Amino acid sequence: MSMNNQGRPTGVGTAGTIASGSALLPDEPLLFEIGDTEHSGVDLPEVDLAEDRLGGFARKSKLDLAGLTEPEAMRHYVRLSRLNHSIDSGMYPLGSCTMKHNPRLNEKMARLPGFSDIHPLQPVSTVQGALELMNQLSHWLMTLTNTAAVALSPKAGAHGELLGMMAIKAAQEAKGEAHRKIVLVPESAHGTNPATAAFLGYSVKPVPARDDGTVDVEAVKAALSPEVAAIMLTNPNTCGLFEPQVIEIARAVHEAGAFFYCDGANFNAIMGVVRPGDLGIDAMHINLHKTFSTPHGGGGPGAGPVVLSEALAPFAPVPFIKRVQDGLDLVEHVEEQALGRVTAFHGQMGMYVRALTYMLSHGADGLAQAAEDAVLNANYIKARLEHLFSVPFPDYPTMHEALFDDSFLKGTGVSTLDFAKAMIDEGFHPMTMYFPLVVHGAMLVEPTESESKQTLDRFCDVMADLASDAKAGNTERFTAAPMKAPRRRLDETRAARQPVLKWERPDDLPQAAE
Amino acid sequence: MTTKFTPDHEYIRVDGETGIVGITTYAQEQLGDIVFVELPAIGKVLKKGDEAAVVESVKAASEIYAPVSGEVVEVNSLLTSEPGMLNSAPEGEGWIFKLKIADSAEIDSLLDADGYADLTL
Amino acid sequence: MLGVIGAPDIDALFSAVPKPALKNFSLDLPAHSPEFLVEAHMRALAGRNHAAGDGPFFVGAGAYRHHIPATVDHLIQRSEWLTAYTPYQPEISQGTLQMLFEFQTQVAKITGMDVANASLYDGSTGTAEAVLMARRLTRKNKIVLSGGLHPHYRDVVKAYLKDDPDLVCLSPSPEGQGDILEQIDGNTAAIVIQTPDFYGHLRDLKSAADAAHAQGALLIVVVTEVVSLGLLEAPGALGADIVVAEGQSIGNALNFGGPYLGLMATRRDFIRQMPGRLCGETVDADGNRGFVLTLSTREQHIRREKATSNICTNSGLCALAFSIHMALLGEAGFTRLARLNHANAIRLADALAGVPGVEVLNKTFFNEMTIRTAQPAAGLVERLARRGILAGVPASRLLPGDPEVENLIILAATELTTEADIAALVAALMEELA
Repeated sequence: MSMNNQGRPTGVGTAGTIASGSALLPDEPLLFEIGDTEHSGVDLPEVDLAEDRLGGFARKSKLDLAGLTEPEAMRHYVRLSRLNHSIDSGMYPLGSCTMKHNPRLNEKMARLPGFSDIHPLQPVSTVQGALELMNQLSHWLMTLTNTAAVALSPKAGAHGELLGMMAIKAAQEAKGEAHRKIVLVPESAHGTNPATAAFLGYSVKPVPARDDGTVDVEAVKAALSPEVAAIMLTNPNTCGLFEPQVIEIARAVHEAGAFFYCDGANFNAIMGVVRPGDLGIDAMHINLHKTFSTPHGGGGPGAGPVVLSEALAPFAPVPFIKRVQDGLDLVEHVEEQALGRVTAFHGQMGMYVRALTYMLSHGADGLAQAAEDAVLNANYIKARLEHLFSVPFPDYPTMHEALFDDSFLKGTGVSTLDFAKAMIDEGFHPMTMYFPLVVHGAMLVEPTESESKQTLDRFCDVMADLASDAKAGNTERFTAAPMKAPRRRLDETRAARQPVLKWERPDDLPQAAE
Repeated sequence: MTTKFTPDHEYIRVDGETGIVGITTYAQEQLGDIVFVELPAIGKVLKKGDEAAVVESVKAASEIYAPVSGEVVEVNSLLTSEPGMLNSAPEGEGWIFKLKIADSAEIDSLLDADGYADLTL
Repeated sequence: MLGVIGAPDIDALFSAVPKPALKNFSLDLPAHSPEFLVEAHMRALAGRNHAAGDGPFFVGAGAYRHHIPATVDHLIQRSEWLTAYTPYQPEISQGTLQMLFEFQTQVAKITGMDVANASLYDGSTGTAEAVLMARRLTRKNKIVLSGGLHPHYRDVVKAYLKDDPDLVCLSPSPEGQGDILEQIDGNTAAIVIQTPDFYGHLRDLKSAADAAHAQGALLIVVVTEVVSLGLLEAPGALGADIVVAEGQSIGNALNFGGPYLGLMATRRDFIRQMPGRLCGETVDADGNRGFVLTLSTREQHIRREKATSNICTNSGLCALAFSIHMALLGEAGFTRLARLNHANAIRLADALAGVPGVEVLNKTFFNEMTIRTAQPAAGLVERLARRGILAGVPASRLLPGDPEVENLIILAATELTTEADIAALVAALMEELA
């Protein structure tokens, strides 16, 4: 797919690409079943330790670590990789995950020795370029959100949530309001929201959603009290809708002496188009690995910088960047620092390089266009499928993701899970399933701006065909799926009842009771 | 022995001062394959409606609430090694814990078999 | 497309947005830029940094410069590793899942523990998570952090346990001193000991484990230089209950502090209280071996406010890099690598001991040591940097305002440290201290 300077994808569209057939995908043994403890794929000079300074703490116990030669390692990891679906292989419509294309310029820039081969504790005078990069990234994030400060250091979105809520807690204490022990969280929220609040000792009070899928400011007002420290709201929300009363909600929250934490996981729908600071947020984490294209890497690493309002800026953690006479300084200690630090060193520099590269490539105009394209694509899917699928919240245009529930499957004997597994046989990675929890059998589809119309049409054709087939009673296609993937459905019950979490030599295993 | 039910799908089989507590067949069907049971501590004092135990399936965790107030006097440790018993015999060998009932009047306000059956229609 | 949707224009799709908030601003940001200009901009920024490979380099203190085989970086850039997601659909994610199973096995083996998770963000947050885990397991509250624990790690635990009176942080111990065993009492949930510690000293884990267990407390062992496990006894063999490590040394570049790789391993009985993802072995409908994420009911997406932690993301790609590098090393390579590190550290220590005005504090070390210099360390390190030598970390950078550490520098040697590097450092030190 080419990202020309108009930003609109122009590819011919990608068909389903999940490979199947055993000729290309033989079963790959575990590395411990291939290698042994004598072989190594790394040439290292030998050294004789005539004496040591280990104080008697030298290793006596066995390591029993298998090694592979370089050709063996190449084969093992290349073959394993081919068992994975990936964005580069095909569309990945996972709602809430923003599986957009990961530009390769990001990878090239992250590997410049001036970024990858610098140590966080080198003298600050030797890393002025790194500090300048962090400064520029901060400027982009604050400008896009219209906020007063940003804490770059959190290592993931959930880590950012933790930081943002810690800042809110510190701010309440500074105001003499430490008795506020309640946090309001909509029922549709991602699990990290209540987990974070509980982690910090808050009790979580759920806020119900309206029938149209949005939060009613009156419900918020009813839940507010002098005991409430904050509300945690996702906007656009987990049902893919922009909260129309968000400004009134922010006002009510502030009037009640509480703070507004915004879960920014869905920022891709509004970047360059709406500034969360204008809506009244006090803290918002941004997932660089969602909105700003840093790669998902099979589950991480992420990066979750948190933008902060004027009210919360004094409660940012260390470290942060400060301009001084002859350049930039990294402030790592502040006397009355309310927060301290939430990670060793300075944060996910490798992800900052990638994100800034992406931002510079797109520019403010390109980012806004990406948001608009993401919203356009999600609405297109909804429009093409709504007559066959069930849309629980049809009152508003959807944002960057379309939510369906399983009402349309009622009586077919096909569940959301079965439907998803059948999509795999058609070459598509399933959408997010069973989230958000506020609808039954949720299917959350997020195409992102990276998919061309041709790919979207192919996707919708397949989805429509599946829906019709389910309604026609062809259950076998669904309940037996997937049939063409490297593995059939896996026994998750067995994995949980009898956890086997590492490889053990057959002769080391205890006798299995039959 | 009488067996009573709660709207949350717990049952209590009352035998004198002791009640045997578990979840109903309907409940285990809804939960799917049970993989783990977090049993209460023996001696724990529960009020009616307190969280007593947690039942985990692969994709969900559900709290089990005390149907009446009392003290936990025995737990079914078989469930630790065989959580699947909760699926195969929820109202028999898959019982979860036994309570020494504090106030037998609380039992009267629970649902009887017909009342519970109406709920799960 | 708008026709199919039935909307007159794109703005109509944003109809739920309050009008005053929709595109009602101009952003002080540049417009889009072609690839070659972006590249020039980024190269200019990178060019203003002194890279570790540009000269003699002795900086450690929690992140270490090691050789990464070319194969590792090549493999992790394969599309199917780089652009895959969390393996929520296991049938089409067996690559990631099998790799995580192998990774968990490798971590369990090097730490000598029963089971390891599929990685956390880094060693410092892992330490905080281990502390909370110990409290849940023992249902006791007192936590004692050794004076040899990396100050950043200590600070992260302090941030997570804000103002907690049951958190005891012992004073920094540059001489390898410590009275942590005396701090253990009946209310202690865990003691946290780092080895090699922040100053490079090697700590007696067996005595610590015995003392902790005698009082029903747990021993949490922190390892910031994972290569040390190739030469030092496994914490699991010495009685550790939870091991937390920073895995960056294997497979992952310095990257100015991130992304790094948290490792956590523990006893089999403690699995249900361990945070983070876990990968387990199972079979599919045809009876073929396969792997899935398991025991998920500990995690936030199911337990919500009752989760063991709020963690969602792990360090996937960094774990892959670690696993590939570790597979390439194998036992033979890993132990050899560790011996090389220690041998170079001995050379460094002996060379430094010969410099007037320099005293090496360590009797024991793996690849890192602390020296006391005749002049304040921060200024000395700065002047050496201007000569192109990155001579280690002045302890005062992490412990500002502590007069005891003003003259201390922490230096590391790895397999990449050459005789010429050491000679250059010694010569420069002699000149500066003359």
